Amino acid sequence: MFLSRISRFFLLTVVAMASLTVCAVEAETLHVVMHSDLKIVDPIWTTAYITRNHGYMIYDTLFATDANGKVQPQMVDKYTVSPDGLVYTLTLRDGLLWHDGTPVTSEDCVASIKRWGAKDALGQKMMSFVKDFTVVDPKTFRINLNSPTGLVLLGLGKPSSAAPFMMPKRVADTSPNEQISDFTGSGPFVFKKDEWKPGDKAVYVKFDKYKPRSEPPSGMAGGKVVKVDRVEWRVVADQQTAINALIAGEIDYIEQPAHDLLPLVKSDPNLKLADINPLGNQYAFRYNSTVKPFDNPKVKQALLYAFNQKDFLEATIGNPEYYKTCLEMFICGTPLGSTKGMDGLLTSNFAKAKQLLQEAGYDGTPIVLMHSTDLQVLTNLAPVAKSLMERAGFKVDMQDMDWQTLVARRSKKDPPSQGGWSAFLTSWVSADVLNPVSTAFLNSSCDKALFGWPCDAEIERLRDQFARETDPAKQKAIAEAVQVAWTKDPTHVFLGQWYQPAAVRKNINGFVVAPVTVFWNITKSTP
Amino acid sequence: MFAYIARRLVATIPVMAIVAVLVFAMLRLTPGDPASIIAGAAATSQDVAEIRTRLGLDRPIVTQFFIWIGHLLRGDLGESFFFKKQVADLVLDRVGPTVALSTMTILWSVLVAVPLGVVAAWKQGSWIDRVVMGFSVLGFSVPVFVIGYVLIYVFAVKLSWLPVQGYQPLRDGFGGFVGHLVLPTLTLSVIYIALIARITRTSVLEVLSEDYIRTAHAKGLPNRIVLMHHALRNAAVPIVTIIGIGIALLVGGVVITESVFSIPGLGRLTVDAVLARDYPTVQAVILLFSLVYVLLNLVVDVTYTFLDPRIRY
Repeated sequence: MFLSRISRFFLLTVVAMASLTVCAVEAETLHVVMHSDLKIVDPIWTTAYITRNHGYMIYDTLFATDANGKVQPQMVDKYTVSPDGLVYTLTLRDGLLWHDGTPVTSEDCVASIKRWGAKDALGQKMMSFVKDFTVVDPKTFRINLNSPTGLVLLGLGKPSSAAPFMMPKRVADTSPNEQISDFTGSGPFVFKKDEWKPGDKAVYVKFDKYKPRSEPPSGMAGGKVVKVDRVEWRVVADQQTAINALIAGEIDYIEQPAHDLLPLVKSDPNLKLADINPLGNQYAFRYNSTVKPFDNPKVKQALLYAFNQKDFLEATIGNPEYYKTCLEMFICGTPLGSTKGMDGLLTSNFAKAKQLLQEAGYDGTPIVLMHSTDLQVLTNLAPVAKSLMERAGFKVDMQDMDWQTLVARRSKKDPPSQGGWSAFLTSWVSADVLNPVSTAFLNSSCDKALFGWPCDAEIERLRDQFARETDPAKQKAIAEAVQVAWTKDPTHVFLGQWYQPAAVRKNINGFVVAPVTVFWNITKSTP
Repeated sequence: MFAYIARRLVATIPVMAIVAVLVFAMLRLTPGDPASIIAGAAATSQDVAEIRTRLGLDRPIVTQFFIWIGHLLRGDLGESFFFKKQVADLVLDRVGPTVALSTMTILWSVLVAVPLGVVAAWKQGSWIDRVVMGFSVLGFSVPVFVIGYVLIYVFAVKLSWLPVQGYQPLRDGFGGFVGHLVLPTLTLSVIYIALIARITRTSVLEVLSEDYIRTAHAKGLPNRIVLMHHALRNAAVPIVTIIGIGIALLVGGVVITESVFSIPGLGRLTVDAVLARDYPTVQAVILLFSLVYVLLNLVVDVTYTFLDPRIRY
């Protein structure tokens, strides 16, 4: 009897092992751990990066930015601009279909542009130039402008949140302030709504009828050829568990492994690191320009002298392999990157900072510095800022909180003593700060600006000028002028670039180098 | 007995009402704004205000409370702020893994801990007793996540015997279901084995010095009968109490284990919902946990009457 029980136990164990092995041979399914759980599935309604990534899975865009930062047609076959620059005529490619099998039409695209343009900051700016739209035929439509602008291509080819994703008209007609509930796209993957379990997994399958462009993939542009049958975004909240699962082969790809765990990846013969986003990310310190003492430009300038980027990057990223100091607001190595006006700044010149504070008449008003303690890539920023600010003569009241509390509090305009705030630190994907219009922290339109609410007529004038300009050389000159104006009354301080390699198994190849993690062109071979 | 159970069930209503008021008030007093979280990093104040209006968060708190209670009384737990899904569906999705993990853990803990405690008491002062008590101290002292990581490293990463993480429902295969639960169960049960073994040992030790045990021995009954039929039965009330408390603690305590093993259970849902300030989900889960606690207490109290005929309600 006892032996029989033992036999039964071993039999069950063998069955258990066998079923686990069966799971492990799904060669065409890519198991991925993304940086966050997919909670909201409307990429226009929120600017959350995970929702943007979801958007790129199932939707397509009219234009896209290639690896060289150049905007290329994507869903568009060809487009023309009238000689006066007032009419853009766009013709869609043949064979574009929604996931329900119906053809993509001009009306769908016009409705989608309108919804995006009502919500996104760059979209709103672009739409301020748009007089109306004309649907010529099911595949052709016109964008009629009030005055020429370079923002049409820049906006429609925007590579990050919120990208102008095309949706069927019935979906795009949803109010931009209401979440969509129909996830029909025309992108290379189909979202399996029935398999979506928030907190567990989101599933995408290859859209067999997707018609990719013939060009090779380049950045967000080019042919989106899907080479796996299915992609599963698995939620593994614990980073150590995710790495263990990668080592064990249960996971194929971790989008953002913690930097301190990268040595584990490097030391495993079956794993590798993939640098898919060479533009990386940019740290930023944000002032609240409406409260003392940051309502005084000289006090804000003092921080430009007190801070240095290396201290922040060392404290957070640590390994110089994954960070770079960069005195170019619009990202080093990009068309608009420039060091103009940056001489002597971000060098921790405390004597100069103290002099500016004295000239400003700083009276020791405490800086309420919000310190987010739960996001690893941000946690160490505030203590470094506090230390440098105190050495420059600031009085700092650093308050610890989780990121979501910070997010809620930063929208409060109350004085810091009544639940408001003076400053906090965050990080942007570099693709979001490539020009003066898309850089959200540069918006200096007072109450209409992002939290921090800077008010600077000169910066706003230059941003408008940039929006109207179509000549790249002149755009660069304006971007430099914005940077110089910013040094006089800073809206934020950019604190260097950092890079986030993905951790993947060696049988996964074909990564597209782009500012957004995408899953077309990726292959999974049998290990 | 039935009158007692009915009285206790009726008493559940005011308890749940108090919990409902407390959880609602505490959530509203906690810093954080779901609208800001939903809107994302690049949202303006106007965007946030529009979302707040759409979610009904701009209304007075008392109004929000009565709307919620009204829906609750009609059996509607509301819709998650984030997932555009009914909270009831979200909770139902997550109940399975948590119930499976909790059940396996408590069964395994009782099966291991009670015999260990009895043997330790019977062999008081021997090496067996010291080993069992040493294990208990270790079980209390080592954090759950450390045990989890060590087990993962040995059995999943190095030996590849078991999966590192995840959960497989029973309907997808018994082998996978059990395989995914072995390591989390072992991890979670360590502290409960320690707790139940200690209490069992103490209770049995007290009983073993009673006159009726000496009489049983004098009658020539074998040790096994004396221990199981006379000692353990009379020592059972505190053991059942601690098992009941253990189950209640387990329901709330699976959070860390679910995170370490990436099991999509109620613990993870609670943490995610709290961090996201998803009020309807947090409220529903806390109410559910409270209900489980209340009912467990009732079950434990009723069990006493079967174990000890002197207890009457």
